Amino acid sequence: MLSRFARQAGRRLSLSLLTLALLSVVVFAGAQLLPGDVGRAILGPLADPEAVAAINHEVGADRPAIETYFAWIGNFLTGDMGRSYTFRSPVAPFIGGALANSLKLAAVVFVIVVPLSIGAGVFAAMRAGRWPDRVISVVSLSLTVIPEFVSSIALILVLGIWLRWLPISAATRPGTPALEQLRHLILPALPLVIVLFGYIARMARAGTLEALDSDYTRTAVLKGLPQRTVIFRHVLGNALLPTITVVAAQVGYMIGGLVVVESLFRYQGIGSLILTAARGKDFPMLEAGILTVGAIFVATTLMADTLYTVLNPRLREAGGR
Amino acid sequence: MSSTTPALELRDLSVGYRTLGVEQLVLRGVSFAIAPGETYGLVGESGCGKSTAAFAALRALARNGFISGGRVLVDGQDVTDLDPAGLRQLRLTKVSMVYQDPGRALNPSMTVARQIAEVYEAVGVRRADALERAEAMLVKVRIPGTGRVMTAFPHQLSGGMQQRVVIAMALAKNPKLLVLDEPTTGLDATVEAEVLDLIEALKQEFATSVLFISHNLAIIERMCDRIGVLYAGSLVEEGVGADLLARPLHPYTMRLLRCLPAAGRRKSDGRLDTIPGFLPPLGSIRTGCVFTPRCDFADAVCRTDAPGPTRVGSQMACCHHIDRATASGRNSLDLAVPVPPTAASFGRPALQVSGVSKTFHVGSHALRAVTDVSLTLRTGETLGLVGESGSGKTTLARLLLGLTAPDPGGRIELDGQPVAGQAKRRSRADQKALQIVFQNPDSALNRSHTVRHLIERSLSRLGGLFGRQRSERLMALVSAVRLTERHLSMRPRQLSGGLKQRVAIARAFAGDPRVVICDEPTSALDVSVQAAILNLLADLQSTAGVSYVFISHDLGVVRYLSDRIAVLYLGRIMEIGPAEDVFNGPHHPYTEALLSAVPDLAELHNGERTARIRLSGEMPSPLAPPPGCVFNSRCPRKIGAICETTEPTLPADADHAIRCHLSREALGRRGGAPPVAADQRYAPVSA
Repeated sequence: MLSRFARQAGRRLSLSLLTLALLSVVVFAGAQLLPGDVGRAILGPLADPEAVAAINHEVGADRPAIETYFAWIGNFLTGDMGRSYTFRSPVAPFIGGALANSLKLAAVVFVIVVPLSIGAGVFAAMRAGRWPDRVISVVSLSLTVIPEFVSSIALILVLGIWLRWLPISAATRPGTPALEQLRHLILPALPLVIVLFGYIARMARAGTLEALDSDYTRTAVLKGLPQRTVIFRHVLGNALLPTITVVAAQVGYMIGGLVVVESLFRYQGIGSLILTAARGKDFPMLEAGILTVGAIFVATTLMADTLYTVLNPRLREAGGR
Repeated sequence: MSSTTPALELRDLSVGYRTLGVEQLVLRGVSFAIAPGETYGLVGESGCGKSTAAFAALRALARNGFISGGRVLVDGQDVTDLDPAGLRQLRLTKVSMVYQDPGRALNPSMTVARQIAEVYEAVGVRRADALERAEAMLVKVRIPGTGRVMTAFPHQLSGGMQQRVVIAMALAKNPKLLVLDEPTTGLDATVEAEVLDLIEALKQEFATSVLFISHNLAIIERMCDRIGVLYAGSLVEEGVGADLLARPLHPYTMRLLRCLPAAGRRKSDGRLDTIPGFLPPLGSIRTGCVFTPRCDFADAVCRTDAPGPTRVGSQMACCHHIDRATASGRNSLDLAVPVPPTAASFGRPALQVSGVSKTFHVGSHALRAVTDVSLTLRTGETLGLVGESGSGKTTLARLLLGLTAPDPGGRIELDGQPVAGQAKRRSRADQKALQIVFQNPDSALNRSHTVRHLIERSLSRLGGLFGRQRSERLMALVSAVRLTERHLSMRPRQLSGGLKQRVAIARAFAGDPRVVICDEPTSALDVSVQAAILNLLADLQSTAGVSYVFISHDLGVVRYLSDRIAVLYLGRIMEIGPAEDVFNGPHHPYTEALLSAVPDLAELHNGERTARIRLSGEMPSPLAPPPGCVFNSRCPRKIGAICETTEPTLPADADHAIRCHLSREALGRRGGAPPVAADQRYAPVSA
């Protein structure tokens, strides 16, 4: 019983690790092999060839690619992400700080979007076909198709510059009180809320509708249970299962896909860090950033899968007799 | 309320559904009453309004349903204008319902204990007491090992167990009225018999009135005191159960009864009766009798005047021509005398299976789904495969089709030539020679394609036909399965279940197959449609000389179509032989139990009723089959230690082979107790 679940989890885990290994190869290949000469890329076309060679030797670019790769990945696994070319200092603290910022922003987004969208989806399903459902469906679909950069700019203009309700920059000085920091994060969070709202709300609506039309819900109604019990115990318990998985899977997107929002609001998240590293040809930073985002993506997907299995009694054990 | 107040009374009830702003009546002026403790059966084809009547009784119509006239009284209380609170009170205390698919009626993410206990908690019983009462209720529905079942989730239980849990939930409130909507449809014959037994016993114990809905006339007859026949939303006939089925007054009831392959009737005795035409579309008949377009006795008066109820003895029928209809002699079941099996007139072997087994590996365990099966299917012959769920019927079918590769060692030969175990390794010719018709044409047909496209694709892929040749063959095939050109441009969802199955059959026949495997092809269909499909299969066989492997849990249907029958249990053939021999005996104790589990309308006419043989417990897991004879753990004729130690063999040379230690003389026969010879040592049957 347990062994089957464990075996399944083990298989998923090893597949995830394989994915990450492949990602590391692709990232490494992209960063190390394509631009040709690392020292030249850093110092520019006018630099002294000796200086270029010295840098190449320093970063190990004059060694065979395979050797460099294993050295790099070995260091990475022991926590040494290498040294940034641009800052001439270890990469890890930069990644750590940016990741913490991104997680903060993601947390704010989730705290706003999850209750709002699930609530709206369930509410729409319970009034399916009537005007509240139509309004919610149309609004959520319309919001989903607005790209972040469009909604971001509109929100900056309206809430930040015109109404002056919220600060337009997400960045705060060190030592800013937590509540004030939070206030700075609301405006950057909204464009992401807008994108995710429609997606999650529609999942929640579809799941709830299916559960409402199910035989077991009819059984519960015919038992004479109060409507509250029917909805919370019988409908939502089954309806929100797929939605929860979708939400969990969005964490990966949230961490990795914030480049646009982070740069618009000048927020030092991992997205903008990767962007800066790519512009500055800071390959160790770029590689570490991408690999970190990849690891988070894979980990959250794995978590979402496992969560679904744990919540669903049919998958929890055995999987049928 | 006095003891004579009906538990349920419908008074001139009309119910409709609103679709896309159009209102259409599904029930039109239906009236009947169910006395306290009475069981009332409702029969009719699907779409006649049976379930609508049931849901109307509980005021639980679909969101677009509405009561447009008349009254529904439950225990004397008018429920048509109850407010939500009153309605909840009614459902909390007085009415319960059990419907077809117990797996879907139970909440998949809650334990059995919680689901039953909440019925008690809803009326204010404390959690601990509610759980205790829930367990007591499980004992009442004869669930063994209640402790284990209490903590189980629905998917961990078999279909029969699930339905017991649903029944336990329904009876927990000790309702005045219990509505059973096809409660055993989809269950195995032996499980069905057990659940019906249980319902009968509980009915006595709880003194509950029952509204019993089924398309199976034999079950309705067995379970119900009175029966009402619905046709197109009108109650056309009503009466005491046995009388109504023995002497129907209404032409529709007569037709319905004659669609059944009555006991002993075989394809060689001629085609089954069908009801020509279709159920009228909703709301299309506004004047006159609803059955007019399909009735043999209809005349001008039927088209203009709706017939009122006419009473004849205890029966009531709504028909202008009861006299003519009953005088026509069509109200008898027309029992055919079982003909002795004619000498086999079949051709050479089309399909030969020898020593085929299939082992699945579940974790570290080996599951032997099919064990050492050998059989021969001759050209133009039909082999019926029967057995409970899990007996290996479907696995065997999949092996024949090459969808599952058999274990090494077995041989499958087509026309004397070995075929590969896996379909993808088979030649195109072998692939098209072996085809299948599934139970559910809905999932077998691509919904986005037209009928023309579906059949043409098969003609190209299997028959290798294109262009004009293909069009000609298409038209021939379409007319062979009794479809018309009109259907070609339709898509599956526009077709009824019977028509969809015809499309599936046409596809299977596109490549001129040698063998067609029919996996429960009529199980999802109404009796009248089933009759038409069975006729079609028999016709195609006689013209195309194709052989069938016919899988069905309906033994009447198997008997009608099959020349030979193989009985499977835990993946083994327990008995194989000519159909009539298998039915008449001597037969294997398992066959005997299967046969006796089936309610038989013919017994109504013969006046005799065979005692039912109850199999104890469920089929053992194929992961751990009992040692010795695999049937010994449930066998009512077990003779002792030899059954537990030695597996009996299946004689390979006999035309009618039985895998049992008992001698032929000691085995059961149809319609009577086995002749117990003095020297037979019957050990007491172990529980």
